[in-house]
Amino acid sequence: MTAIIEFLTAPAIVAIIVEVLKGLVILFGMVIVAALLIWIERRMLGLWQDRYGPNRVGPFGSLQVVADMVKIFFKEDWIPPFVDKPTFIMAPMIAMGTLMLAFMIIPLTPTWGVAPDLSIGVLFFFAIAGLEVYAVMLGGWSSNSKYSLLGGLRSAAQMVSYEVFMGIALMGVVMWTGSFKLSDIVAYQAQHGWFIVSQFFGFCTFSLAAIAVVHRHPFDLPEAEQELAAGYHTEYSGMKFGMFMVAEYVGVVLVSALLVTLFFGGWHGPGVEAMPWLAFPYFAAKTLFFVVIFILLRAALPRPRYDQVMAGGWKFCLPLAVINLLVTGAFVLSNP
Amino acid sequence: MEIAFYLAAAVAVIATVFAITNTNPVHALLYLIASLLAVAMVFFSIGAPFAGALEVIVYAGAIMVLFVFVVMMLNLGQAAVDQERRWLTPKAWLGPGILCGVLMIEMIRVLSPTLNGGIGGSVIDAKMVGIALFGPYLLVVELASMLLLAALVAAFHMGRHD
Repeated sequence: MTAIIEFLTAPAIVAIIVEVLKGLVILFGMVIVAALLIWIERRMLGLWQDRYGPNRVGPFGSLQVVADMVKIFFKEDWIPPFVDKPTFIMAPMIAMGTLMLAFMIIPLTPTWGVAPDLSIGVLFFFAIAGLEVYAVMLGGWSSNSKYSLLGGLRSAAQMVSYEVFMGIALMGVVMWTGSFKLSDIVAYQAQHGWFIVSQFFGFCTFSLAAIAVVHRHPFDLPEAEQELAAGYHTEYSGMKFGMFMVAEYVGVVLVSALLVTLFFGGWHGPGVEAMPWLAFPYFAAKTLFFVVIFILLRAALPRPRYDQVMAGGWKFCLPLAVINLLVTGAFVLSNP
Repeated sequence: MEIAFYLAAAVAVIATVFAITNTNPVHALLYLIASLLAVAMVFFSIGAPFAGALEVIVYAGAIMVLFVFVVMMLNLGQAAVDQERRWLTPKAWLGPGILCGVLMIEMIRVLSPTLNGGIGGSVIDAKMVGIALFGPYLLVVELASMLLLAALVAAFHMGRHD
């Protein structure tokens, strides 16, 4: 017994346990925020469309999430007999797992964050975004239904196209910083100003690509309801559908947090050096701002046609990202 | 790190075997993706994080997506699974398997003097890869970019609207 206690209180082991607990807190915090977004989005959309939205359960309807969760947990998780069962079950897990994994590279505050010093930080996000495609593709294919398959095909083409310039769009930031580490990028912005100024076109193209990769509105053509029923998750029900749903909101939080970290100084803000506890409020406020912008986009914009989405990616965003890369390269070379 | 290496290498080998023997095309591709991810993990464990990340981004995240995309479009049903099952007879894989085994024994024999150092040497990060690519290997990079440009022009030609 004493040997076990001695082993558990050794400094190295305690450090590991603390890190694991921190990671769990970040993970659960993010999932709870993502679940709350379902309610926030419905209330916000209601507000902008001159109606109330869900306002019955709890104060201002804030317990609507609990009601939704209770409902979705107790719904029958029906697997249709014609689906390809292993991939059908795997798809929602990939959707949620990959996006939650990507959250580990984001520095929330100077001391909080799972792996903000990962040497391949930005590349890790690209890798995760590349794997995220499989969730929608496998969900669409395994459902064995035409609507789902079309949704899966659309998403595969859309995500592969938009990933191409997503990488190029961020290379401007990486060139100025000279590192893929997100902690370095935040530190660089604290000294030289936020990248939204010097990398404005990088910001534009990256935010478009990131929305397309997590297939949020207006890039939610894989699940366009007027043409494809519900797209790739037409055949899903119960908790598996819920996982796709929460994965979408995890994606919104992730993209917002990335935009804040890469272009808006991360947790930096006025007075943060003197009062370090301000770091997280700054980070949370900035992230919430982008989350609300994403919801406003959904409320304000119509959904483009599919060929318009593809043409916009290849003919507008890709050249813009490449020109941005060239100009940034010239500036970096001339200001060593 | 050696445990991580052997674990990832074992996963890679097993997943590759399943990718060959599985008769359902999409499931076989999934095993191939798992194998590529395991190879990426091998890169991470031997101190080449940049190569590992590229392995995931390029192979697992882009090339395999196109493979799965095409297989999805072909919509191979139970007939294809049955056909695969008929084709995968010992007569078909025994010969190549033995020949590959001979090559593997030879490779282990040739490489074994250099393997004594073990893994976990220096970490090769992105900056070192970049300096190597645009230093001693500059000509190769330029030639490869020309090749890719040719492929791009060909793809554009085939996909144009008349």
